[in-house]
This record gives sequence, structure tokens and C-alpha cells, in this order.
Amino acid sequence: MNLVYKHALWALITVIGVFSLGTVALSRGETLNALWIITAAVSIYLVAYRYYSLYIADKVMQIDPTRATPAVRRNDGLDFVPTNKYVLFGHHFAAIAGAGPLVGPVLAAQMGYLPGTLWIIVGVVLAGAVQDFMVLFVSTRRDGRSLGDLVKSELGMVPGMIALIGTFVIMVIILAVLALIVVKALAASPWGTFTVAATIVIAMFMGVYSRYLRPGRVGEVSVIGLVLLIASIVAGGQVAEHAVLGPMFTFDAKQLTWMLIIYGFIASVLPVWLLLAPRDYLSTFLKIGTIVGLALAMVFVAPDLRMPAVTQFVDGTGPAWSGSLFPFIFITIACGAVSGFHALISSGTTPKLLDNEKNARMIGYGGMLMESFVAIMAMVTASVIDPGVYFAMNSPAAVIGSDVQSAALVISQWGFMITPDVLLQTAKDVGETTILSRAGGAPTLAVGMAQIFSQVLGGPGMMAFWYHFAILFEALFILTACDAGTRAGRFMLQDLLGSFVPAMKKTDSWVASLIATFLCVAAWGYILYQGVVDPLGGINSLWPLFGISNQMLAGVALMLCTVVLFKMKRQQFAWVTILPASWLIICTLTAGWQKVFDANPKIGFLALANKFQAAIDQGVVLAPAKSMEQMHQIVFNNQLDAALAVFFIFVVVSMMYYTVVACLKALKQDKVTSCETPYQAMPAHG
Amino acid sequence: MARLFSFNDLSTVGKYLGQAARQMVGVPDYATYVRHRRITHPGLPIMTELEFFRNRQDARYGAGRSGGCC
Repeated sequence: MNLVYKHALWALITVIGVFSLGTVALSRGETLNALWIITAAVSIYLVAYRYYSLYIADKVMQIDPTRATPAVRRNDGLDFVPTNKYVLFGHHFAAIAGAGPLVGPVLAAQMGYLPGTLWIIVGVVLAGAVQDFMVLFVSTRRDGRSLGDLVKSELGMVPGMIALIGTFVIMVIILAVLALIVVKALAASPWGTFTVAATIVIAMFMGVYSRYLRPGRVGEVSVIGLVLLIASIVAGGQVAEHAVLGPMFTFDAKQLTWMLIIYGFIASVLPVWLLLAPRDYLSTFLKIGTIVGLALAMVFVAPDLRMPAVTQFVDGTGPAWSGSLFPFIFITIACGAVSGFHALISSGTTPKLLDNEKNARMIGYGGMLMESFVAIMAMVTASVIDPGVYFAMNSPAAVIGSDVQSAALVISQWGFMITPDVLLQTAKDVGETTILSRAGGAPTLAVGMAQIFSQVLGGPGMMAFWYHFAILFEALFILTACDAGTRAGRFMLQDLLGSFVPAMKKTDSWVASLIATFLCVAAWGYILYQGVVDPLGGINSLWPLFGISNQMLAGVALMLCTVVLFKMKRQQFAWVTILPASWLIICTLTAGWQKVFDANPKIGFLALANKFQAAIDQGVVLAPAKSMEQMHQIVFNNQLDAALAVFFIFVVVSMMYYTVVACLKALKQDKVTSCETPYQAMPAHG
Repeated sequence: MARLFSFNDLSTVGKYLGQAARQMVGVPDYATYVRHRRITHPGLPIMTELEFFRNRQDARYGAGRSGGCC
């Protein structure tokens, strides 16, 4: 009887979840309310958390609450601090949430909301949350060491080195693709460009304030900063309409690219207190506040979805990015379903702050469920706007032309009825001159957020404010990630190069730092630039590369966890990690192969390179290139992209080899061979 | 009937919210640090709140951090 009572509520939640998901999956023709998707996702998260994560904690990992964590054993009040689980949850979530879960679902919406939504929900439960939770556990049992270190100690020196170089390349691609999103959002947008430029000045003021005027007052200075930020959004509207200032802040994509590259270099060599730290405060609080606000607004507004459940573009002919449902939806939505980048966070600060192993479940598994919810909100936001507007914003000019007449014509022929007037009016509503061909996710999301927020606060007259608020919110944390990433990349590079040239290792040497920073910025700057001049719009080539590399890293993390389970002699439970790892390997290898070798130039890098090479041989210049030199550039860029994809395939395959070898070796042993820090009991009261 | 909440609870919630916000940007609790130093390393120097803040700021963006997320 007791057992029935205990599970009755959960059975009810399961029924609600299944019913909602059924409604989402089977709705055809009639409009679906966003609350169905939200209810389905939340109920399934709750049930998965209650049962599956408990199974992993109790049976697979055998969490031991009596075992002292690194935070307890090595408590120094600084890096290792036993932290309240709710405080740590906030810290961990703020560290994993970023542009990824917002942009991926928006791009995936071109296939309709259904495929992406299903992958977000299923992916997080079986792959993403499992990975974050397991890596947190594995790292906690090993003094909070980093992923690269863990691979080195559990799998060996060579795979450790491969993982390290792989992580660096991923970092470069992430920085480039993030910067590309900002470029796409700010091109020909004086309002957006002004507000983003204003954040630099605001952050520097905050930096001086918290360094000299009122040191350490993080809350106070952040409130001042947020007020200034809002003021700059309001002022941006005036600037955009100003006869002199308006054109002064209007830049094309190439100019913005150069500005970002130069800015990235300067920002990452400035002292951290001046620019990076204060902007980190702003972006973190704005990010968390906006996510909470969006969740509340969504429940309050309960918008209807206007995007169809499934569009004809599941066949791979979509305008934002090319490639069929399998494997491309699974790499387009990376963060939100499963993200290898989280393995770096789960083996970074979080394990050093965990007060007890038993809380790893809430922070690792629970934190990722929360991130997945952000992805669901992004999917909903992209689906509430007019599909015609969605496709106008996400198709490259090469497909829909560069004026509203041709765009409306092409998109209406696809079956998404739209008039040129609606496109013009939408641009006007959000305070922009054009919304055409702004692929990259951020602007589309901003239009959706503006529609939702303006229904709560301010009405249609506030659309332009909310649009630029949303653009700023994304640009702010993307730029923070760029600075922090360039800095981290610089240290990684100094570490890597230091193995060959010892002088490069000195992080306090100006020359070594400048060289490493320059190399790092040059690397992501080059990839960013080629994305901007890419004939298919940049997102089409860079986002899949990012997705492949991110999912590859997740695969590596899950393979590491598999090896650890085998070494712990728990191989009967290893399906928990083998299942998602296999799926990720299948997806990344298939997608990687197609990106390199597919005969369709929209998908295959080599096919596109060959197409341009053939034109060069005939002496023809193909758009968007304007000269033979640019033609050669496009050929080279696509060969480079192909090489990167081949590199990722190499990393996956070699890691698979080392994983199988390590597992077989562990099977032959009759004792536990994992490299855990020896057991030490929790102090009696802590 | 037990009260649903007291002002004490509210101030605890406020304290944790403040701690969570600071922890999000990499600044751990100063009082916890001071208590730890007093108990575990009595007699050894303790950083002032300002030194502590700067130390944490440098640590967050220094070597060994993996950067923001995607």
C-alpha cells in the first residue's frame, strides 16, 4: 500500500507528461499552444530526475554521502569551499547556460518544432544530463581534476594529448561561431551596434568603480551597470534615427568582423578588473534574469505556435542550414540536449565546491535539465513568430534575394504565405531597416522575445525596445565568452606550445602572452572572417562544425565515464553511458563524413571547393566572390573546413580505439583499477 | 499551527540569494573564508575583504579556467 502511495503522484505526472507529449507530437493543422510543450518537457524532466537520476546515483555510481569531497578535504576558503547546494546550483547553471541552448533550437526550427523538441527532451534525459552528472562524479572522486587530466590518467598519455588538442580546436570554433552570431545581429543595425559599444564603456566605468571607488561591492555596481544598460538601449533608438550618429554606427559585416577581432585582442590583454570582470557581472545577472523573465512571461502569455510541427525541410533542403534530419538535427541542437562543453565545467570549478557527493545529482543532472528547459523556451520563441518572417530572417540572400519583394515571393512559394509589407512592418516594429538574411539565431530569438515580452509589458510600442534588449542580452554574454575564451585559449596554447618551446610556458611573460593571444585571436578571427564571406551565409558551414565538435567532446566525456565504470567493475551498468556515447559517435561520424564528402555543394565542403575550383579553371567568377582572388579564398576556406571535420573524425575514432582497449584491459583484471582518490570519511560535523 | 515563514527564514533566503549571485561571478563567501582561516590556520595571516576580492577576481580569469560556455 505504502509503495502505491509513494509512486501515485509520480504516475500522475508521467500520465500528464505522456499526454502532453502525445498532443504535441500528434497535432497537425490546428494551432498548438506553447504550454503543451512546456508541460510535456517539465513533467518528463521531473519523472526522469526522480527515477533515472536516482538509479544512476544509487546503482551505477553508488554515491557515498559519508565520503569526504575535495571541497571538504582540501577546504582553503578560496578554490575549495564546501558550498550550499542551492548556491552551487546557481553557480553551475550560470556557468553552463550560454548562447548554445538559445541558438541551436532556433536554427533547428526550420524543420518545424517537433523534431527539435523531441531531441531536446529525449537527449537531455538519456545523454546530456547523464554526461554532466557522471563527469561531475568522476571529477569529484579525483580531487576535482579537469577533463584532459582525467582522460590522461584513466586512458593514457596519448589519448590525453589528443583530447587536449581537440578541446583547443573546439574552443577556437566556438569563439568564431559565437562572434559570427554577433556580427549577423549587428550588421546594418546602428541601434544594436551603439548599445553593444556602450556596454564596453559602461563595463569600464564599473571596473574603475569596483576597483577604486567602492571595491568589492558586486551587487551595487551591477545595479548601476544595469540601469546604465537600459538607458543605453533607450538612447540607441535616438542614435539610430540621428542624421549624423546613425550612419556613424552603421557597419557592414566585414567591418564589424575586423572591429571584433581587434577588440578581442585588446580586451583579452587588458587587466581583468577593467573590462572582463565587470562585464561578466552584467552578462551573468542579465542572463539569469532574462531566462527567469522569459519563463514567467511564457506561462503568462501562453502563446500559440505558428510554425508547423514538421516542415518540408526535413529532407535536407532547408535555407538556414543544409542536411537531412538525421544526423543534422542532432548536431544542430547541441547544448540543450547534450553538450560536451559542460564536461569542462563539471570538471572545473563545480567539483571543487561540492559539499557532499549526494548533491551531485541535483547539480549535475538537475542543472542540465534546467538548461534543456532554456532550449525548449528558445524553440517555442522561434516558433511563435510568423514562419514567413522566420524564413526571411534565416535564409541567405543567395536564396531569397536582397529585397522584401523577392524574399516574400520565394518564401510564399515554399508555402509560408508572407507579403513584402509584413516583412517591412516587422523590421519597422523592431526598429531596424531590414530583417532579411539575419541567420545566426540571435535576431530571430530577439523578434520572438520582443513579441512575448511586449505582450506582458509595454504593448506593441515597446517591441523595438525589447528587440534590442534581447540582442544586447545575447551580445553581452557572447562577448564575455569571447574574452574569457580567448584568455583561456591563450593559457591552453601556452601550455601546449610550452611542451615544445619552454619559453612559451611563462604566463607572466609579456612577449609569450602577446604571441599566444595573437595566435588565438588570429585563429578564431580567420574562421570568423571566412564565415562572414562564405557564399552560403557562414552559419551553414560553421554551425555544423561547432555542433560536430561539441557533440564529439560529449562523446569523449561519455567514453571516459564508460572506461571508469569498467575499471570500477560496474560494467553491467555501463549501458548508461555506452548508449548515449554510441548515438553521439554515430551522429558525429555521419555528419562529419557528409560535411566532408557529400556531393551536394550545400552540404559537402569539398564539393563546394570543387565547384568554385571548376569555375576558376573556366575563368568564371561565382557570386558572392567578386574577384579571382576571392574565388581562390573560398576554395581554400572550404578545404580548411573539410580538414577540421576530418580532424574531428580522427579524434572520435582514436578515442573509440583507446576506450575499447582500456575497457578490455579492465575486464581482464579481477579487481578495481580506477584511479580514485582514496576514501576519506566526512568529518563528524561539517 | 506552525507559521509558514518567519522573518528569520526570509533573511536566510536573502543571504543565500546574495551568496548565490556572488558565487555565480566567482566570488565565494568572505565570512566563510575568515572562519576557515581562524579555525584551521590560527595565527596565520588572513586576507582583508579587499585582498580577498582581488584574489578571487584574478583567479577566476587567470590560467586554468575553461572560459564561458557555448
